[in-house]
Parts: sequence; C-alpha cells; structure tokens
Amino acid sequence: MRRALLRLARNRMALAALSVLAAITLACLVGPFLTGHDPTRIYPDLVRTAPSLAPHPRPEAIGPAIERLAFRMRVTPDSVRAEGSTLHLVLTAAQPINERSLSYLPRSDLFGAATIVAREAGGRRLVVEAPIRQLYFPLGTDVLGRDLLSRSLVAGRVSLLIGLVATGVSLLIGMLYGALAGYLGGRVDAVMMRVVDVLYALPFVFFVIMLLVFFRAGIGLILVAIGAVEWLDMARIVRAQTLSLRHRDFVRAAEALGLSTFAILRRHILPNTLGPVTVAATLLVPKVILLESFLSFLGLGVQEPATSWGALIAEGSRAIESAPWMLAAPAGFLVATLVALNLLGDGLADALDPRLSEAR
Amino acid sequence: MIRFVTRRLLQAVPTLFAVVTLSFFLIRLAPGGPFDLERPLPPAAMANLARVYGLDQPLPVQYARYLGALLTGDFGPSFSFRDLTVAELFARGLPVSMTLGALALGLALVLGIGLGALAAFRRGGAVDRLVGVTAGLTLAVPTFVVAPLLQIVFGLSLRWLPVGSWEGGAPAHLVLPVVTLALPQVGALARLTRAALAEVLAAQPIRTQRAMGLPPHRIARHALRAALLPVVAILGPTAAALLTGSVVVETIFGLPGIGRYFVDGALNRDYTLVMGTVILVALFVIALNIVADLLSGLLDPRLRAAR
Repeated sequence: MRRALLRLARNRMALAALSVLAAITLACLVGPFLTGHDPTRIYPDLVRTAPSLAPHPRPEAIGPAIERLAFRMRVTPDSVRAEGSTLHLVLTAAQPINERSLSYLPRSDLFGAATIVAREAGGRRLVVEAPIRQLYFPLGTDVLGRDLLSRSLVAGRVSLLIGLVATGVSLLIGMLYGALAGYLGGRVDAVMMRVVDVLYALPFVFFVIMLLVFFRAGIGLILVAIGAVEWLDMARIVRAQTLSLRHRDFVRAAEALGLSTFAILRRHILPNTLGPVTVAATLLVPKVILLESFLSFLGLGVQEPATSWGALIAEGSRAIESAPWMLAAPAGFLVATLVALNLLGDGLADALDPRLSEAR
Repeated sequence: MIRFVTRRLLQAVPTLFAVVTLSFFLIRLAPGGPFDLERPLPPAAMANLARVYGLDQPLPVQYARYLGALLTGDFGPSFSFRDLTVAELFARGLPVSMTLGALALGLALVLGIGLGALAAFRRGGAVDRLVGVTAGLTLAVPTFVVAPLLQIVFGLSLRWLPVGSWEGGAPAHLVLPVVTLALPQVGALARLTRAALAEVLAAQPIRTQRAMGLPPHRIARHALRAALLPVVAILGPTAAALLTGSVVVETIFGLPGIGRYFVDGALNRDYTLVMGTVILVALFVIALNIVADLLSGLLDPRLRAAR
C-alpha cells in the first residue's frame, strides 16, 4: 500500500489531477463567501453581463442608468459626472424635488446611498453625491442578473456532494453484497449473482427518471436512487476479490478460531479488497456526477432555488445565443472535475497494479 | 448456436418479468394520475375515464390484464396522446431512434477502433498521446454540453447544418445528432481498443509472427482480431448508453424519437407509454447482449467451447 502511494506520488498527471480536485473542492466550500455576491441575489440592472475582470457599472453605463432613474424620480439630470468611485449629480425639476425619491439611487444595483450637497432654487435644484458601487463578475451574470461564479461554486457543492454520497451508498451496498456472495459461495453466490445479472439488464436510467418524476424527488432521493443504481459493478469487483481470498490461510485461521462470518468479512476480507474498490470508487464519482447533471439537465434533478452544474448547464444551453458564457462557466467546472477524477482513477489503478500500466 | 440463442432467450424471461413488474408497481404506487388536470374534472367524468381505461379495477387485476395483453404484443392505449396506442407511437418514434442509434454506433465503432488501433501501433508517440487526450475529453464532456456547442458552431455561426428537427431523416439533419451521440462512445472504444491491442501486441504469438517475418499489415490483422474481443464484449453496455444518450440528443435537437416520448410520457404520467418504453429498451439491451456474445464466440473459438 505504501509503495502504491509512492508510485502515485511519482505520477505527475495524477498529482496534478489531485490538486485540481482539491482546488475545486476548496473553492466550492469557501468560494461563495468570498465572491461578494449572494448566489441568489438578482441584479436587474446587470442582466447578461459578459465575463470580465473590470468592475461594474462601466463608465459608459452610468449615464443611461441615471436617465432611467431620473425618469422615475420625475427629475431631469442637468449634469452627471463620475469621479473615481463618486457620482456627482445635479438634478432639476419644475416642482420642488421630493428628497425621499433619492432612495431610488441605492435601490438600483449600481449606486450607494445619496447625500445632498446643496439645495438650490427653493428645492427645485439638488446637488447630490452618491458612491458608485464596484461590482465584479469575473464569469458574468445569467439571464436574471445573478453572479455566475457564485452560482457555479454553490452548484459545485451540490454536484460534489451528490457524487460523494451516492458513491458512498453504492460502496456500502456493493461491498456488503459482493463480500457476502463471494464468501458464502455455492448456491447462495449463484443466486445472488444471478440477481445482479438480472438487474444489469434493467434500463436503470429510465427507472431513475421514473422515480424522480413520479415521486417528486428531492436531492436525498436522487442520491439514494443513483447509489442504488451504481452498486452492481462494485458488487462484482468485491465478489471476485473475495473469491480469491476465501481459501487463503489467514481466512481459514480466522474460521478455525470460530470468528463469526460478519467478523471475518469485516476484519479479513473487506480490508483486502480496498485497493480495486478505491479505483472503482474514484471512477464512479465522475459517473455519478455526470448522471446527476444529466438528470438535472432534463429538469428532473436538483430543483430551484438549489442548483447544480447540470441545472446551470441546462440554463446555459437555453441562453446559448445571447449569453454563451452561461454555458461556459458551469461546463468548465464540470469538465475539469470529471477529467481530474478520471485521471486520478487511472493513476490509482496504475499505482496499485503496475503490471497493468506496462500494457498501457 | 441455435441452442445457445434459445437458452439466452429463456434466461431473458425472468429479467423481462422483473422489468415489467417493477415498473408497473413503481408507477402505480406513485401519487397522482394521468387525468389530474390543474382544474379537476368532475367526479363522474373521472369515474368514466377510469372505467374506460380499466383503472377502477384493483391493482392485481390491472397487472394481470396488462401482462396478458403484453403477451399478445399489445402495449395498450396511450394516456396522453389520445386516440393513439403505444404501439402506434413506437411505430413513429422507433425509426427515428433506430436510425440515430445505428448510425452513431457505426460511427463510434469505426472512429473508436480506428483511433485506438492507431494509438496502439504508435505507442508512446505524439499520435498516441493526442488520441489519449481526445478520448479523455470526449468521455468527460457531457452530451448536453457538446450538443449546444455543435449547434452554435456549425448551425448558427457557420450555417453549414440545421440545428434541429427531423424532416424525415434528411442527411443534413442527422449529422449533428449522430456526432453528438457517438462522441462519448468513441472515447470509450478508443481507450478499450488501445489497451487491448497493446496487450496483444506484447504477447507471444505476435512476437513469433514478427520473428517469422510476416508483413506488418498481416500482423496487424491478427492482432486486431484478438484485441476486438473486449470491444465486442461491451457492445451491450454501449448500446444501452446510446439509448439513454438519445434521450438528451432527441430533446436538444427536437427529434421525435422514443427517448423524447419517454420523458414527455413520464411528465404526463402516461402509464402505458412509460412502461412500454422501459420494456422496449430492456428488450434492446438484452438482444444486443446476446448478439455481442455470439460475436465473441465467432472471434474466439475458446469461448464457444466454454458454452
């Protein structure tokens, strides 16, 4: 095992994959607190902004925005001047200006609370200063004006969680089932594996879709459903391993000592199957994430307001003509994660069984 | 051979039975029904509808009736497409899905085996690495990302190909869906072929042939034949993957295949349509698995003896 880890450490691709995964996981966990945007916050004035590193609002966008606000405030902007992050305004009107209407400024997404510098002409002319907000959308915003970076990161939490938990469920079922079948052997084994064969031929994705549609499932059920689908491979792998372990001396010795079946499985069989199981599990996570995003893409998976990469990709592909970055952001995260997981799985397989890597 | 096929068909019976039973009770135990509208129908109309479709009977009776009808090849009437039976819907949708699936399978086999073989013969070289990266990408980029990208590049920017609809299966309308559907399988097949071929090329018989001075293309033929075994073995799962993939592809490209009927049917609680599709897909997967096993027997005489 230690030599396997050493071999893994020498595999640069696998290490790179591991660091990419760690970075994405960390970003998804803490990132949403650092982007400065609530992922559900809607910026109506900043709908479909393209990704860029420069702050919003853009200087050229300030004039039209003030025009719109002034119309609602029933005033005419005499002069609009942006100086650094402060906006200098001179507003005039035929009637004395209702100063409470200044609250329109901070209510838009672009400016802060206004202060009145001077009142002229009996209140019909106001000199006003307001701070200009500095909003950053490095990956752009969606059709409702929500920050895509925050949304992608929050979605990543769901996708990764589903990947891990569903893999865990399938590991649990698959390992127990496979180890029992392999250890008990004989007729029990034959029947148990026949059941697996039958289940293999079921169009499972269609069953999952049925479950989701008919039972209005939440994330919890999706996890269970996906886990319940994917345990078959795991059961086969563990059974094959168990068969080869069953007649080894240490298992016989344990039997001779009168250990219970469960204890033998737990102490002697299962730990020895961990190698191939780790590889299978690593390769299962991307499969599960892909399946979840497939379901969410069809609109059957994670529901609003929660979101996942698949759900975001679905939104993105609907808006692909007007806002292609809406597809690019979540798809980038998803593909990076999947590629990294696949590379890591291959690296683990090579590390655990160097003979295989010769053939590669 | 005939005995083998019969035995496999008999083995498929319990599987099919499990499919029918599981899906029947799953669907019926779920809340909601096919005639639940936003404004509920008057109770008398509901009772009438239930009587016409036999939904007023106890579940076991309905189940027995459905099984009986299935044995005569009758999938029953569709609940959401009024005046149409499920069989008629299949008659419309199947040609679409079959065309898509067959073309995608062909493309995936040709490209996947071709690329995999190329990589294996040039192992460690630039071609090998390029194929490896491409295969990894096609496996990791989901169909529903590839499809919109293809649409925007070839449909909207270059205007070479239409972005959707079926139009009676006109070739131009087929290109993008087939490519989208085939891509992930190309990656999987290329990797598998490469690994298998690399192993075969390093084995004794090939070395002997080299030593005997056989020309490279003859050696390649022998090696490929041996390396195709694992490829043939995953034909069944590949076909299943194509079937599920076609759900997405048909949705995105707006094609009237059975994948789309299934999703629509599920959303409308069209009991018979959903069950029919599940049974149909199971039949396909089983049939293709049998074909794959037959092909393996043709390729490797040892497997024939083992039966």
